[in-house]
Amino acid sequence: MSTPLLTAQDVSIHYGDKQAVRGVNLSIERGTVNALIGPSGCGKTTFLRAINRMHDLTPGARVTGRIVLDGEDMYAPGVDAVAMRRRVGMVFQKPNPFPTMSVFDNVVSGLKLTGVRDRARLMEVAERSLRGAALWDEVKDRLKTPATGLSGGQQQRLCIARALAVEPELLLMDEPTSALDPASTARIEDLMTGLKKVTTILIVTHNMHQAARVSDTTSFFLNGDLVEHGVTDQVFTSPRDERTEAYVTGRFG
Amino acid sequence: MSEPLRPRPAPRAALSGRSDRTFQLLILALASVIVGVFVLSVYQLGRESWPALREFGLGFYTERTWNPVTGQFGAAQMVIGTLVTSLAALVLSVPLAVASALFVAEYAPKWLANPVGYLIELLAAVPSVVYGLWALFVVAPILGRWQQGFFADPANLQVYTRCQDLWNSGQTTLQCFFVPSAFDGRGLALAILILTVMILPYTASVARDVIRLVPQDQREAMYALGATKWEVISRAILPYARAGILGGVILALGRALGETLAVAMVIGDSQDIIKSLWGGASTMASVIANQFGDAQETLHRSSVVALGLGLFFLSVLVNFLARVVIARLTPRGIQ
Repeated sequence: MSTPLLTAQDVSIHYGDKQAVRGVNLSIERGTVNALIGPSGCGKTTFLRAINRMHDLTPGARVTGRIVLDGEDMYAPGVDAVAMRRRVGMVFQKPNPFPTMSVFDNVVSGLKLTGVRDRARLMEVAERSLRGAALWDEVKDRLKTPATGLSGGQQQRLCIARALAVEPELLLMDEPTSALDPASTARIEDLMTGLKKVTTILIVTHNMHQAARVSDTTSFFLNGDLVEHGVTDQVFTSPRDERTEAYVTGRFG
Repeated sequence: MSEPLRPRPAPRAALSGRSDRTFQLLILALASVIVGVFVLSVYQLGRESWPALREFGLGFYTERTWNPVTGQFGAAQMVIGTLVTSLAALVLSVPLAVASALFVAEYAPKWLANPVGYLIELLAAVPSVVYGLWALFVVAPILGRWQQGFFADPANLQVYTRCQDLWNSGQTTLQCFFVPSAFDGRGLALAILILTVMILPYTASVARDVIRLVPQDQREAMYALGATKWEVISRAILPYARAGILGGVILALGRALGETLAVAMVIGDSQDIIKSLWGGASTMASVIANQFGDAQETLHRSSVVALGLGLFFLSVLVNFLARVVIARLTPRGIQ
């Protein structure tokens, strides 16, 4: 195996005096889908957001330990959070397209931040990203219409396309289907397997079946601790920790 | 005749149906009061201004001469004065207001944001007359000193003489528009400055509120793409909030159009055509304040009321246009 894309070493996260994540060690291989599961409030989303330095925006939040992306410590002194976020994409729980922008402008909004102005290049990236998010056929005739005219599922795929457009090394997904209907959820799950060719995915999900369906590895969080991390089949069929077993068999959570 | 038996409605339902109706009528009556006040205002203004409008027709609002001695009344200069002062004040105050709103909502730490926000809102609570006094005693002398400094240079004096000839023939040029025509600081420029300060809190507090209401996930979406704080503000927050901010701008415009006392105190009350930014002028509201008490003749008095009628319709028009613009700017999916 090559060196992992992402390594978390002893990562702890505090909100003020409250500790939300305790000493997590985890590594993620390139080209895989990795699920973070656990009951509400277990710290999985908090951990995910640390990988995009989103906690920088929350007063009182503190991240300790090392998160190394492709050999570079994201939290080392002197590392620019903005530059780091360009390398890590994020899809949120609720679809959040920019409502004042067209479908096209939404997709290329990240690219425009890097100063790309060339129409042809923008168009090419928009098409590639929309195809990558399996949305191209549905929106190719209305690229200029407001993004909020799309359905919820389409909006979420638009957000995936927007994240893909800047070619992130790692794509974070924070319960991306929790606000969607089953059909839209299925489309996005299908999509993830294909996306492994172009990026690596770390997904937080509430839905254990989703984790079992889409992921290569699964990490189980409980009360801020990473209880178990392993290949998805193993975590679901023969968990090593009895708390994991209790959770995946539906005894709590 | 075999009509099926219908179950009787429960007595409770009947009672609530009746009280619903009573409440509905009560609300309707209260709401009609507002419509009634509106209609009565238009009627009364129309009736009082009828002598002037009958004499001068709609040309009253486009005619330039306002001369109580000869009995000629045309409101064009006041309409222009109203629009110029209001729009210029708007242009000056909107960037300040949006900047202060951004500072309070996005940049300032909480311990600073709240007091600053409170102070800005307090600007709206200062009575007009206090602004007028402040303008007369503090700002006017500063402008006056600048004007005197302008005349200290002989070259400028030449420019002034040339402009004065032009002004006396009832004309002006762009250069002459910026040449002072007085020494005491009072006039159009002072009115614009004072209006700028007076309307600032309206735009600023509305803008601050709508900026705070921009959902966190909009900011995070932009941050996650690798945006800097300024890019998040300019590309996610301000576009999302633009319709709401414009609402605050319109509120401020309405305030500026109708502001009476402070403007009447500082604008110089000249009904001649506006020749210089530094010279006297008048607005519809300031003429009402300055002349209503002295207007003895029917035609003069009626002309002053007709100014009020015009101001009324101007405000209605501005508000209507504002609604159209806001509706167009509001992104779909946002209420």
